[in-house]
Amino acid sequence: MSTLAVCGLTVAYGRTEAVRGVDFSIADGQIVCLIGANGAGKTTVLRTLSGQLRPRAGRIVLDGADIAGLAAHRIVARGMVQVPEGRQVFAALTVADNLELGAWLCRDSAERARRREAALARFPRLRERLRQPAGSLSGGEQQMLAIGRALMAAPRLLLLDEPSMGLAPLVVEEIFAILASLRRDGITILLIEQNASAALEIADTAYVIETGRIALSGPATEVARNPAVVAAYLGG
Amino acid sequence: MLAQQLLNGLLLGATYALFALGFTLMFGVLRVVNLTYGFYFTAGAFIALWLTQFGLSLWLALPAAAIASGGIAVAVDWLLLTRLRRAKADELTSLMVTLGAVLALYAAMTAWLGPDIRRLPPGVIAGGALEAFGLRVSTAQLLILLACVLLAGGLLWLMRATRLGLAIRAMAERPDTAALMGIATGQLAALVSFISGALAGAGGVLIGLNFNAIHPYMGESMMLRGFVVIVVGGLGDIFGALAAGLLLGVVEVLTAGYLASGLKEAVAFALLVAVLWTRPSGLFGVAQGRKA
Ligand SMILES: Nc1ncnc2c1ncn2[C@@H]1O[C@H](COP(=O)(O)OP(=O)(O)OP(=O)(O)O)[C@@H](O)[C@H]1O
Ligand SMILES: [Mg+2]
Repeated sequence: MSTLAVCGLTVAYGRTEAVRGVDFSIADGQIVCLIGANGAGKTTVLRTLSGQLRPRAGRIVLDGADIAGLAAHRIVARGMVQVPEGRQVFAALTVADNLELGAWLCRDSAERARRREAALARFPRLRERLRQPAGSLSGGEQQMLAIGRALMAAPRLLLLDEPSMGLAPLVVEEIFAILASLRRDGITILLIEQNASAALEIADTAYVIETGRIALSGPATEVARNPAVVAAYLGG
Repeated sequence: MLAQQLLNGLLLGATYALFALGFTLMFGVLRVVNLTYGFYFTAGAFIALWLTQFGLSLWLALPAAAIASGGIAVAVDWLLLTRLRRAKADELTSLMVTLGAVLALYAAMTAWLGPDIRRLPPGVIAGGALEAFGLRVSTAQLLILLACVLLAGGLLWLMRATRLGLAIRAMAERPDTAALMGIATGQLAALVSFISGALAGAGGVLIGLNFNAIHPYMGESMMLRGFVVIVVGGLGDIFGALAAGLLLGVVEVLTAGYLASGLKEAVAFALLVAVLWTRPSGLFGVAQGRKA
């Protein structure tokens, strides 16, 4: 069953269309990756899914309901949560407060405490730093916080925008291992990456986006063998 | 004599601090230099004036005027700034739009009510005074003190000790990311406008009471002080605004008492220049980051 289906999505900044007629779908329990070069339109797609941008045309169907044009906070309430590009932690606030904000829509404090324990179990390094301002964390720790914060919303569908950006290979491995564990726990994932080899390794399905259009799609293992992909994205 | 002057200065300063708190909240969270802010001060004073003329006690007129001013602030913000925010217009644009709006509002109000200074009904501020340790505190001053402590304390509690305050601080730092947390940022911005406007309105009532003088342009001279306080205190810094407000009140009263009353504004702005000269991010500022 497909959790999310995107159909004919077109998004423009003023007169220039950054995303043009994009179609893709994400099945329940999958990791789907969207890879593409700088400026291909990946972030634009994600921000539109999250309600931060309004589509010019197209449908975004989440669990059977068209959510295109819905306000961002309402989309979070429907269980689709974004980990934004560049982490975007609240630098002046503590790690604990950042996590607390992730569970803003949860009115039950016992449930929030339970989610926090679960997030800290996944990212033990954050526990020692709960009282520290988020801005004082390393890049890798900030990425963990950004993911932990999104998990506090108890998402069914997690959208990640280049979680590997600017991180050392070892940290990237750690983050990707976490993503695999999230899938095992039943969270569906849309992963946007420029680090195509790592993304294709973990994903079930892959889409390649070039200048605002889907150029190629299929099972990740097949996309990873495609000669054009190898030449353009895998440094082959 | 000096102790009495200090006390009067602190009470005046508490009102400045209250007024500046709302201004710094609006600036720090909504990221607009909203010059209509001074108008809510005038509005609060006039609403309280009318209510007391109808026979309402000042203890009730003060909260009523504060709430009404908050409502006016929400309406003005919505009318003037919603469109600009959506278009992500720069700060200079909102500055110019609100400057035009506030001048129009003052002028319209003067055309309607006349420029004369109005006084609160005599019964409102009569009443005894407390005397202790050779200091004299009038009932009006007591009300000012109580209102300032309650409102400033309430704001600090809201911002530092509640989830709502946490959401406001998050929105101040990254409004777009705050929405990704599920925070309804539009509604929260309206709430912040309301609180700011209510603080300005309360400040207007209290200054009207302190000097027993209410007129349409009173918000304008207050805005200048508001700027001094939030700049000296560090933009967007609540504790800084509190401290700077008290300082300004004391400096003004002491200048008027020991130098000449005509000099108090000169001293206030010399203070602004001197602080910025030596500490560009404000008296207590650590960095140029925004705090709320
Ligand atoms: N706010 C904006 N205003 C105007 N144009 C924009 C804006 N944001 C992005 N664009 C343009 O839209 C296109 C797609 O940008 P987008 O950020 O979606 O790319 P991306 O695939 O996420 O790139 P990267 O890998 O560098 O993050 C680019 O040409 C970019 O210049
Ligand atoms: Mg991007």
